[in-house]
Amino acid sequence: MTAAILAYLGAMVGHAAEYAFGSRAPAARVAARPRRALATVGAGAQGAGTPPEPEPAPAAADSRRPLPVGRIAVAVTVLAAVAHFAAVVTRGIAARRMTWGNMYEFVLTLTLVGVIAWLIVLARRPSIRRLGLFVTLAMVLLLGVAGMVLYTPVGPLMPALKSVWFIIHVSSAAIASGIFLLGFVTGVIYLLRAGYDRGKRRFPYPLVRWAPEAEALERLTFRLHAFAFPIWTFAIASGAVWAEAAWGRYWGWDPKETWSFISWVVYAGYLHARATPSVKRRTATWIAIIGFVTMMVNLIGVNLFFEGLHSYSGL
Amino acid sequence: MTRVDERVASPAPPRRANQLVALVRNGWRQLTSMRTALVLLFLLAVAAIPGSVFPQRNVSIEDVQGYYEAHPTLAPVLDRLGAFDVFASPWFAAIYLLLFTSLVGCILPRLRDHVRALRTPPPDAPRRFERLPQRAVIEDYRGDLEAIAALLRRRRWRVAVRPGTVSAEKGYLKETGNILFHFSLVGILAGVAIGSWYGWHGNRLVIAGSEHGFCNTLQQYDEYGLGPRVHSTDLPRFCLELVDFEARFLDSGQPESYRATVRVDVDGGPPRQVDFTVNSPLRLDGANVYLIGHGYAPVIRYTDRYGRAQTSVAAFPKSDEMLTSEGVFTFPDVNINPETGERDPNAQMGFQGLYLPTVSDDPTVSRSVHPAERSPGLLLVAYRGDLGMETGIPSSVYELDQRQIDSGKLVQVGLSKLLRKGDVWTLGDGTTVEFLGTRPFVVLSVRHDPGETIVLVSAGVLLVGLMMSLAGRRRRVWCRITPTRSSTTDRSSLVEVGGLPRTDYSGFADEFADLVAALRASQPTTGHAPRERAGMHEGTDCWGRSPPSS
Repeated sequence: MTAAILAYLGAMVGHAAEYAFGSRAPAARVAARPRRALATVGAGAQGAGTPPEPEPAPAAADSRRPLPVGRIAVAVTVLAAVAHFAAVVTRGIAARRMTWGNMYEFVLTLTLVGVIAWLIVLARRPSIRRLGLFVTLAMVLLLGVAGMVLYTPVGPLMPALKSVWFIIHVSSAAIASGIFLLGFVTGVIYLLRAGYDRGKRRFPYPLVRWAPEAEALERLTFRLHAFAFPIWTFAIASGAVWAEAAWGRYWGWDPKETWSFISWVVYAGYLHARATPSVKRRTATWIAIIGFVTMMVNLIGVNLFFEGLHSYSGL
Repeated sequence: MTRVDERVASPAPPRRANQLVALVRNGWRQLTSMRTALVLLFLLAVAAIPGSVFPQRNVSIEDVQGYYEAHPTLAPVLDRLGAFDVFASPWFAAIYLLLFTSLVGCILPRLRDHVRALRTPPPDAPRRFERLPQRAVIEDYRGDLEAIAALLRRRRWRVAVRPGTVSAEKGYLKETGNILFHFSLVGILAGVAIGSWYGWHGNRLVIAGSEHGFCNTLQQYDEYGLGPRVHSTDLPRFCLELVDFEARFLDSGQPESYRATVRVDVDGGPPRQVDFTVNSPLRLDGANVYLIGHGYAPVIRYTDRYGRAQTSVAAFPKSDEMLTSEGVFTFPDVNINPETGERDPNAQMGFQGLYLPTVSDDPTVSRSVHPAERSPGLLLVAYRGDLGMETGIPSSVYELDQRQIDSGKLVQVGLSKLLRKGDVWTLGDGTTVEFLGTRPFVVLSVRHDPGETIVLVSAGVLLVGLMMSLAGRRRRVWCRITPTRSSTTDRSSLVEVGGLPRTDYSGFADEFADLVAALRASQPTTGHAPRERAGMHEGTDCWGRSPPSS
């Protein structure tokens, strides 16, 4: 797992380098230098004392012609995804079951889904490659939290989790969450990019100067959400079927159920707002971002702070 | 209502009436507008949050009581606001009822429009194709309108042929799915309502053994809930007893599997023995039985000063995950002189017990270290005196009446004593208590919810409708055919093709190009190939995809 995090870091640094040195304009190069340093510092902290990754960046900086740092970064992301996948599979083999038994495993799975979805989208639209920095950043953060805070040793399942619905419900929830995560990343970039286009030049906005066109980003965000929403609906419905078998009622307003409902309602609001011409696209995207916040409250907040029937998914 | 009455009572000028009608109409329009629906959706999400923050009565009544104890001043205020019954509170109901009214008010006209659209042919072609986002020209086309229409029909377009033009439309399933989705939401609400009106449930703790069985009547449940439209005589008749319960645990104490074996006696039929477990409930006709808890019920025998023995079994609820369990035994009818029948009111016996399935090797640890019965021990504290059962004040069956102990009417006898299975403890007055062993108990929930099927079917339809509405794309194409004189054959003509995606659909340009290519290819091959490739113009600035950048 550490290898996967480090590889994501490497990819992140690569993308950062692409950001920093991808431009031929000297001004951009100068402005970019501190940012690269920032990324490296972040890498040191996350990697917990491991030597920093060999960076392709300096080479790119020295030569006049831009090296394919971005492509290297994508390659490293693929490597990271492979390591990530291997980590999930080996854990599954160690536990002899699907790896969704607790929160740590769930985060591992949802980030894996997010990365795979990212690579698929990237393969179909190479123009969004620069978003890789933010995707890998999100991965490093989530996996870092998972590894440091949520780590749980391998163990078998509780009797209540032994059901075919375990596979169906949790996998659909993980897939939907992973795609929502990616949609969240593109949504944030879209908002920043739209802000940049309107002339905002304060700190976070210039970061997305190189991001794809705002309109394309917005469309991508919508399509990711439109793809994930039925899966999320299915996750809730299959959860209800399972709850009927395990607890005797299909819906009981357990905190987890309540927050899934909240997320569902917020995302439904996003899709409706997106389809309504009188609602600005930026407003709609904000709703999607709130939707992802509720997903995170559900994942982290509910497991840790509220007591409910889903509490075995916690620590 | 009052508004209508007022209007009837006072013959107001028609202008005023119109204003009122306009007001109502505007109000309705406001309510069914998308903006209002969005605000209501958002409110619904926000209103659900307190339901997860505060303990809910329908989820855990004990937690609500605990909250009352922890916040004695705040809790009643919150209760008045419905914070402990969020999902049954008037304000939550107000939001979702308004939302559903808005939804129905929006979806019914849409259904009407959609049915109308399905019954009317696709609209006539625009006069000029220049403003359409997709357009193409086929010169020297040697087919006719019917050939074009046939091709479009084969590609599952709805086609209308008018003099000189063909109109076609596709993707009606999008709107169908959309309407299905919204109606199925109403279906879910109806299913939930039916479930709460006609459903019922009862919970009961059952100790293993034929003398502890129960029958499906309300009196026999520890706790029950009956929908307003269900009468207690409507409950299906069956009796149930726990034969055996098996729980397996890992060394870490984590449970691995549960299995309950019960004997069921459905009205009239022969008794049958069935196993069931968590995740696969016992499904009876008109009721499902769920396993929701389990534990140990220790058995002790008390022999009184006259040598008479009584056996008591008491279910001990668990107090931690290692199944350290607490409970009490009461012997109200002991120490009665068998010759005179005289009762000593101060010689009733009560035992406060702590059962440890696995006693720790460390004697200072008074908690179980494993949930399985690896080294069971029962820690008893004996009390003699007046149990206070005649006072009529209801008291818990899991603890002795603390008021009797405080007032000195119930006095502790000796110190506490840890008994192993088979151990006999002789109390000061010569009476003895023996720990005989344990029996398993389970907590069962018996439920019936007639709305479930409706909700399940609605949810299925909802999902299908959702996918249809998200994946579907409404689009139109038109072809206008103009005979050309300059061509070499009589039948040659010029075909203009225009396309309009009615929803955000980035793949439309490709589909359109494909369609135009098919139209070209479909020409009867009597003559030579078209002389010239038609120019295809992609309207990238309004509907098409952004230009590819490397």
